[in-house]
Amino acid sequence: MPSFLGTPGPSGVHRLNPLTKAVLAAVTTALAVLVGGLIGPAVLTALAVILPALAARILGRLLRTALLLTLPIAVSVLLVNLLFFPAGREILFQVGPIRATAEGLRFALETLARIGAISGAITLFYLTTAPAALVLDLERRGVSPRVAFVVLASVQTVPAMVERAVTITAAQRARGLDTEGSIWRRLRGVVPLAGPVLLGSIAEVEERTMALEARGFTRPGARTLLWWPSDTPLQRVVRWLLVLAVPLLIAARALGLPGWLG
Amino acid sequence: MLTLERVTYRYAGASHPSLREVSVELRAGEVLGLVGASEAGKTTLCLVASGLAPRAAGGTLSGRVLLDGEDTAPLAMHELAGRIGIAFASPATQLSGVATTVYEEVAFGPMNLGVPRPELIARTDEALAALRIEPLADRDPAQLSGGQQQLVAIAGLLALRPAHLVLDEPTAHLDPAGTEMVATALAGLAADGASILVAEQKTDLLAGICSRIVALDAGRAVLDGLAAEILADPRLVDLGVAPPAAVRLRRAAADAGLPPAALARLEGALAG
Repeated sequence: MPSFLGTPGPSGVHRLNPLTKAVLAAVTTALAVLVGGLIGPAVLTALAVILPALAARILGRLLRTALLLTLPIAVSVLLVNLLFFPAGREILFQVGPIRATAEGLRFALETLARIGAISGAITLFYLTTAPAALVLDLERRGVSPRVAFVVLASVQTVPAMVERAVTITAAQRARGLDTEGSIWRRLRGVVPLAGPVLLGSIAEVEERTMALEARGFTRPGARTLLWWPSDTPLQRVVRWLLVLAVPLLIAARALGLPGWLG
Repeated sequence: MLTLERVTYRYAGASHPSLREVSVELRAGEVLGLVGASEAGKTTLCLVASGLAPRAAGGTLSGRVLLDGEDTAPLAMHELAGRIGIAFASPATQLSGVATTVYEEVAFGPMNLGVPRPELIARTDEALAALRIEPLADRDPAQLSGGQQQLVAIAGLLALRPAHLVLDEPTAHLDPAGTEMVATALAGLAADGASILVAEQKTDLLAGICSRIVALDAGRAVLDGLAAEILADPRLVDLGVAPPAAVRLRRAAADAGLPPAALARLEGALAG
């Protein structure tokens, strides 16, 4: 088999089994929801996001991507809670009828800490895992090849559609379509672009389906895999421990322990 | 042997059949060319021969399609995949859309058929070598040119090692070098015993690789015979098919009153 297939990534985190990273992201998300306060999500972010990102040497990219991902929701969470928190008593400042409260600020910061942990975990997974590697790993574990195909084809279709949109935009602009200027002008330009992009994609589906059928895609049963990501007994143990952490934390919260979890 | 017996096919919702009472026989090791104007029924014949119509394309079929004497009607598409392969004109739609390297793209078909891994690798290597595209093996198929994608699609077909190949304008997006590569690969496959049906507008290509030609007109097979005879048949032009350059040259020379000896020298020079 050629050496370029399944090339291990540049760092230990990249080389982890995709399922391990997926479990880490999912468990971090669940724990971020379960723990309260500021300390819990901060510790979680440091351990499950920042440290692995440093090890993978992608901290800068991770922070930029996570920030872009969460900025709109973060701003709205901050403003809504700061200015309109219903149980707010301690007024920080007032602008006309709108009062910013300390309770609202605290709740907003706690929510942002959770959102930060979740977006960081998802971004870490995204930046260190090739979609094909995850899908092949899932297929090796018994997931239907059709499900795997749909997941991967959906991911891979996005760049193809962007490329098609760029080509159609250039063609339409060459024919005089105005796609720049005011927002209204840009909106008017969307229809003649979206139509060909969507219709072209739909028209391709039939021939693509036939090509897949002709290549045995509808054959029942498992496919032969050319390669799959490596896995280790240690990673298997870690995955189970991570999964176990979720019910343990739920139990701890139910028992009111520990206090620093908020 | 691939046999179409009195095949009539109508697409779903169509008012008239796209193929009418077509009978074609393709023997082992034979390369059969299919010519005709646009909408003559070439693509439809390819779909029917490969089993995709009516299985995937819908519509109604009468007559019989036989694969090595076996009626294909009761067979599912995946049962035909390893026995008969088809390549289309448009390269982008033939790619799986999930492979991140050309190597995986070429291996996609045999992977689906559950071919054991060592054989899968051997088949993939062999298919890449047949079309001399090994240097592309680690490239992303989506980033290749149309011509390169077409070669990858044909390599994917070869990796299935079907005994029968159906190619619908396989060189439509290829440059002369790519066309030559496909022609050489097809000739090699035919020499190994594969039967190949090629629908093509490039009659020069057909003249080089085909032993027989069938011409379609409005869904009917109107000419069927030895490639040299059919490609030189004056009726071909009336069917909307441009004869090969050699035939046109011969006609132009005859019209200009050029002596046969001079024409032979001219043809020799062009061929050389």
